[in-house]
Amino acid sequence: MRAFDALAMAFQAIAGNKLRSFLTTLGIIIGVGSVIAMVHLGQAASRSVTAEIAAMGSNLLFVIPGTGQRGPGAVRMPGAPFDMNDVRAIEQDVPGVEVAPSAMHASTVVYGNVNQNMSVEGTTNAYFTVRNHPVAIGREFEPGELNTGAAVCIVGRTVLREFGIEDPLGSSLRIGRTSCLIIGVLAEKGFSMGQDRDRLILMPIRAVQRRLAGNLDVRSMYVSALVDGTTARVRRDIETLMRERRRIRPGMEDDFYVRDTQDIAQALEQTGATLTLLLGGIAAVSLMVGGIGIMNIMLVSVTERTREIGIRLAIGARTSDVLMQFLVEAVVLATLGGLIGLVLGLGGTWLVTDRFGMAFAISPGVMLLGFSFSVVVGIVFGLFPARKAARLNPIDALRHE
Amino acid sequence: MSVAARIAPQAGPALLQMRDIRKIYGAGAAEVRALDGVDLDIHAGEFVAVMGPSGSGKSTCMNLLGCLDVPTSGAYRFQGVDVGALDRNQLALLRRHFMGFVFQSYNLLARTSAVANVELPLIYEGVRHAERRRRALEALTSVGLADRAGAMPNELSGGQQQRVAIARALVTEPPLLLADEPTGNLDTVTAGEIMQQLVAIRQSRDITIVMVTHEPDIATWAERVVYFVDGRIARDGPPAEVLS
Ligand SMILES: Nc1ncnc2c1ncn2[C@@H]1O[C@H](COP(=O)(O)OP(=O)(O)O)[C@@H](O)[C@H]1O
Ligand SMILES: [Mg+2]
Repeated sequence: MRAFDALAMAFQAIAGNKLRSFLTTLGIIIGVGSVIAMVHLGQAASRSVTAEIAAMGSNLLFVIPGTGQRGPGAVRMPGAPFDMNDVRAIEQDVPGVEVAPSAMHASTVVYGNVNQNMSVEGTTNAYFTVRNHPVAIGREFEPGELNTGAAVCIVGRTVLREFGIEDPLGSSLRIGRTSCLIIGVLAEKGFSMGQDRDRLILMPIRAVQRRLAGNLDVRSMYVSALVDGTTARVRRDIETLMRERRRIRPGMEDDFYVRDTQDIAQALEQTGATLTLLLGGIAAVSLMVGGIGIMNIMLVSVTERTREIGIRLAIGARTSDVLMQFLVEAVVLATLGGLIGLVLGLGGTWLVTDRFGMAFAISPGVMLLGFSFSVVVGIVFGLFPARKAARLNPIDALRHE
Repeated sequence: MSVAARIAPQAGPALLQMRDIRKIYGAGAAEVRALDGVDLDIHAGEFVAVMGPSGSGKSTCMNLLGCLDVPTSGAYRFQGVDVGALDRNQLALLRRHFMGFVFQSYNLLARTSAVANVELPLIYEGVRHAERRRRALEALTSVGLADRAGAMPNELSGGQQQRVAIARALVTEPPLLLADEPTGNLDTVTAGEIMQQLVAIRQSRDITIVMVTHEPDIATWAERVVYFVDGRIARDGPPAEVLS
């Protein structure tokens, strides 16, 4: 038999029974598609986490009241909140830092007939540099507004969208019972780790304390080490200073903790590893299911074709001719299915990454792995039952019903 | 061609020669002696009808003659070559070059056009496409089906399907045609047409035909009837003699 004839025969068989061909390739399509989508999504997710941490800046520290959480399951004890004196103390006593206080308060925000529950964050102008999130339109807070706690706010882009504010500067939001003038709009930060960083409202911290919270608490502090490589020193200085200010005796546990982006990166990395493991598991299962699907259909298909094999043997096909035919057919089907799976997997990845604002990138290694695994499964399970049939006595194959 | 040369005719008295052939299915109490000591010589050019009651071993004998199956014991020589000494591949080549088969149930490949079915043996012979198509159409013409070349088997009547099968069996111009109840699924009129076809083929070329049938009407088309009873040849001779 000529190679070209073997190929033509395979294409004829594939086109001759489209349903059978489709069912055979379906397993491969699912196998390749899911592996490629899952692994690419896992990679995209961890890439966006990395990007998020880079965007926060490596010199950022979070100072938070309460005992730190040491390992999973450990109990976090609450601690007394900070106040503005703590902020000023860090600014004065720790060299080379900038400090932004934060007082969050959940409030009802109303504009026109839109009504939303949102967290309003009180802070100072230090926020824009420390959090690396500058004002794009309008202006920062004026000293007078900060001192008196004026009813002014600076909002993120999503807020404009959600409330349908077309002309933000000069418009007013009603926050709680306060009418609050918009004086600025923050630069767009986008989505990261499933969080919309443009969905926020900033007010002078005194305004949140006085008008919304009704106390002088500072809930947390963002500290930026101004010189690269001094984060560890700054962290130690803050810890020493705060222990002093909060009168924690030697040997006693801190009732506050300092987190740097490294800590957060580590925690997120752990989450990312779990996520990748989970997605990898799902992918492995679907690849297995795909493989079993291929095997089933191939077994059924070859059993169904035992009589055809008998006819071919009767008219002079050798075992090797029959095997060649099934091998070529399996290779063509598996490759076809693999290519379709590849396209669907990438398409699915693109859709999801696009929806969640993650970067879409292709990993050739993963594509090669998923593709070749499924193709090999298709060939092996197509060839194995065919070999069984091709080795039958021609008359036994012919008698098969 | 080397294989054809290896199994080429040596000087021998008969084209087909069976000596004390036995075929036993199962074992112990379930043992079935489908063939129980068959001696049979068929010479080149003969037209032989194999007859006998159902279960007497006709099909079993045909399958052994056609090298589709191997006997439990006994010797079978085809053109003087001991078939028992050939391996699986050599048997396949023997079928490919020297034998054509026609079955009761036609056994055409489904979803494959008539002409493609006829071309099939030539594909395994390695004949190129254009030449293959030409010879397949020629074979279809010889059975009167040139105008149905593109039809699928399920678009053809039983008689037409059987004629495609005959064309497929003959396209390689084998010296031996084996037909197991070729008219078994056909009405009498169509059966008569198929028999006329076989007779015409025999007149137009050098071919030996062995055909199983259980109908005396069909058997009278042959020149010799071999009558099986219980896995043995009970009678052997001209139709008029054996069927009386
Ligand atoms: N594959 C088989 N397994 C077991 N018994 C068989 C097989 N093929 C044929 N037989 C038995 O051998 C005997 C002869 O069968 P067969 O040659 O088909 O008869 P015929 O064609 O004359 O009707 C029957 O009894 C049949 O049941
Ligand atoms: Mg029979």
